[in-house]
Amino acid sequence: MMPAPLLEMRQIVKTFGSLRANDRVDFEVRSGEIHALLGENGAGKTTLMNILYGLYQPDSGEIFWKGEKIVLHSPRDAIRHRIGMIHQHLMLVPNFTVLENILVGLPSPQEPLLPIQETLARLKDFAAQYGLPIDPTLKVKQLPLGLQQRVEILKALFRGADLLILDEPTAVLSPLEVEDFFAVLRNLVDKGVSIIFISHKLDEVLRISDRITVLRQGKRVGTIETRQATQPILAEMMVGRAVALDHGFPKGGAAQPLLELKGVSLIRPKVGRVLKDINLTLHSGEILGIAGIDGNGQEELADVICGLIPYSEGQMLLEGRPIPNPTPRKMKAAGLGYVPADRQRVGLVKNFSIAHNLVLKSFDDPPFNRHGFLREKVVHLNAQQVVEAFDIRAAALSQPVGELSGGNQQKVILGRELKLATRLLVAVHPTRGLDVGATESVRQFLHAQKEKGIGILLISADLDELLAMSDRIAVLFRGEILGIVPGEAASLPAISRMMLGERLEAIA
Amino acid sequence: MEEFVWLTFLVSLLAAGVRLATPLLFAALGGITNELAGVLNIGLEGMMIGGTFGAYIGALLSGSEWGGALGGMLAGGLLGLLFAFLSITWRGDQVVLGTGLNIFALGLTSFLFRSMYKAGITQFVPSFQVWNIPLLSDIPLIGQIFFRQVPLVYLAYLLIPIATFLLYKTTWGLKLRCCGEHPRAAETVGVNVIKTRYLALCLSGMLAGLGGTFLSLGQIPAFTEGLVSGRGFIALAAIIFGRWKPLNVALACLLFGVADALQLRLQGFGLPIRYEFLLMFPYLLTLITFVIFVNRGDSPAALGKPYPDQ
Repeated sequence: MMPAPLLEMRQIVKTFGSLRANDRVDFEVRSGEIHALLGENGAGKTTLMNILYGLYQPDSGEIFWKGEKIVLHSPRDAIRHRIGMIHQHLMLVPNFTVLENILVGLPSPQEPLLPIQETLARLKDFAAQYGLPIDPTLKVKQLPLGLQQRVEILKALFRGADLLILDEPTAVLSPLEVEDFFAVLRNLVDKGVSIIFISHKLDEVLRISDRITVLRQGKRVGTIETRQATQPILAEMMVGRAVALDHGFPKGGAAQPLLELKGVSLIRPKVGRVLKDINLTLHSGEILGIAGIDGNGQEELADVICGLIPYSEGQMLLEGRPIPNPTPRKMKAAGLGYVPADRQRVGLVKNFSIAHNLVLKSFDDPPFNRHGFLREKVVHLNAQQVVEAFDIRAAALSQPVGELSGGNQQKVILGRELKLATRLLVAVHPTRGLDVGATESVRQFLHAQKEKGIGILLISADLDELLAMSDRIAVLFRGEILGIVPGEAASLPAISRMMLGERLEAIA
Repeated sequence: MEEFVWLTFLVSLLAAGVRLATPLLFAALGGITNELAGVLNIGLEGMMIGGTFGAYIGALLSGSEWGGALGGMLAGGLLGLLFAFLSITWRGDQVVLGTGLNIFALGLTSFLFRSMYKAGITQFVPSFQVWNIPLLSDIPLIGQIFFRQVPLVYLAYLLIPIATFLLYKTTWGLKLRCCGEHPRAAETVGVNVIKTRYLALCLSGMLAGLGGTFLSLGQIPAFTEGLVSGRGFIALAAIIFGRWKPLNVALACLLFGVADALQLRLQGFGLPIRYEFLLMFPYLLTLITFVIFVNRGDSPAALGKPYPDQ
């Protein structure tokens, strides 16, 4: 006879408008296990967990906690039942200290005063007990993401957690930080905490969990013991069909130097050097990957190359000719396309139609413009061609881009930028947040450009993507390039260590 | 002899500065509260206007200046509640609503006042009298400047440490500030963001109403239209100048108060400047403050954004 599960969610249904985010989902967690919740973006993982944390109310279904039926109206109820959640986007106030972030909302034994001394003492205990040391006087914004996540875990533990929900916790971590993080999780389980681990990364799920539940399009596909699972089995459960994993793209083909950065630095007032002495050469027909933990200068590098931010020092050369003061207009004229990191805010105007978004950068040029008037017919025709070529799924060409799915939005950007990219393309996180199908087609499009002899600078936080696509990979750390390695699996250990600040020379 | 005249001038200038800073301080403390909770309240001016009228009616009905203070707080508080309902529950744009509230308060009080007194004659009501604090008022200079004032000024002094304590040292204050920085984070640790913001706006309205009370019952014991004349906006400038810290904001209010007192006195000096230019002085100072300090980046991160944000 199995003991009663710690948590049982039965037949949970949640709809948003016409979308069934959760469709009669059953889910259970046993005491003392790490239970992985696996699925693609939009499969309903986060919705299910937000219901468990009281942030959403289910349309129907029941939750049993420690054998009793409970109703969760708000996170207050979840906290009272000792359920804790670490959100994908960390719920920390950057301007508050670590201590303040932990104290918010905690009841105080000496109301209305904040229990500062006791908390400091308890924090010391916790740090020792769970192996989570931290300096409580620092402001959260001063901490690297790995430590910020530690603050979140401490926050949950302080409120008392028998069950900890972790929503994509490794997305913000470097490979080595992931190792530490997994050690912390195992330690928590030893101390009696059960864990729900949400992820879409198969290898991580296989390594850390005891059991795995897979969701697809809001429905539960099944639950299996991790020791019986393999990557192909899980991938098929996630996607609904057999998928080819890890297929790389043919490498090579780099020809003459196209874009050269020589000692380029960017100095920001009050912040200091965001980019330090960058030396890079991008060849035509080459994909040069840029790896690094988010916020180490990747987006600034892209903005500098595209002429959005003037660089402070150094030199930028295109086919050997210096470009002294690049502006977006000059770079566009030079044949540069740019797929920005934030497609919603930078890449597209959400309220504009697909057709207009496709000419955002060329509405001023023929054939779209004559005597200062927009030629809507030509714009429309152009949109028709692009929608067909890039397989953009939309109700109409006049549909506002904001209503499209993330994958289709990204295809609209690609449709616009690949036309402009006659010589080089800068792509920042081009597949972030896209499902497996859309990711695959975006990669195909990029690779096709490379074949045509276009040089591509690919900035990504997804190491698998970089390894699969890049000919070479440069690692950025605090605005500096610590080394450049070939784009092959054997480079992974070196890349991981460079991402944490070791120089390539020191590793080799 | 010469020195004595200057000293007398300086003391009277500063004493008047303290007096003129008081309504600003009440409103600014209110504004700090709602801004730290994440609500941008341009309607501070309107809440003060409501306070001037509410205080007048309160004093008229109760026959006591303290009844007037209660009326001022009630009127301001109700406008705060209205603002909360429109901006939080109905998710209106806070800047538009605040501007609307200012116009609404001005129009409503004028309308009510004129329908009460058709001939434009006002009734005098009980007002706050100067109360010299024993011992403290005898301190040379300091006593004359700070401790020979009406009781509302002393209340304003007390509110500075009280506000600092409540906003920065208590569990309630931490929750409130979290609502202004990252409301969703506040929600996930069990804070009721909606309730907190409602409360902050009501408190803010009551404090601004006290500021209005001071204007109608602290100086000339009567209601006239245009008593507030932009002081709500000066209070907003003081909040930004003082970076949301009650003591610093109080000092900023004092600066604006002294500037106001100075232009009043300069008008009497017969300087070869038209008095309209002197009248402009405090407002010019406000404008300069806004230009220099408004984008310093340490304002509450979620200021002006409705919650929940979808």
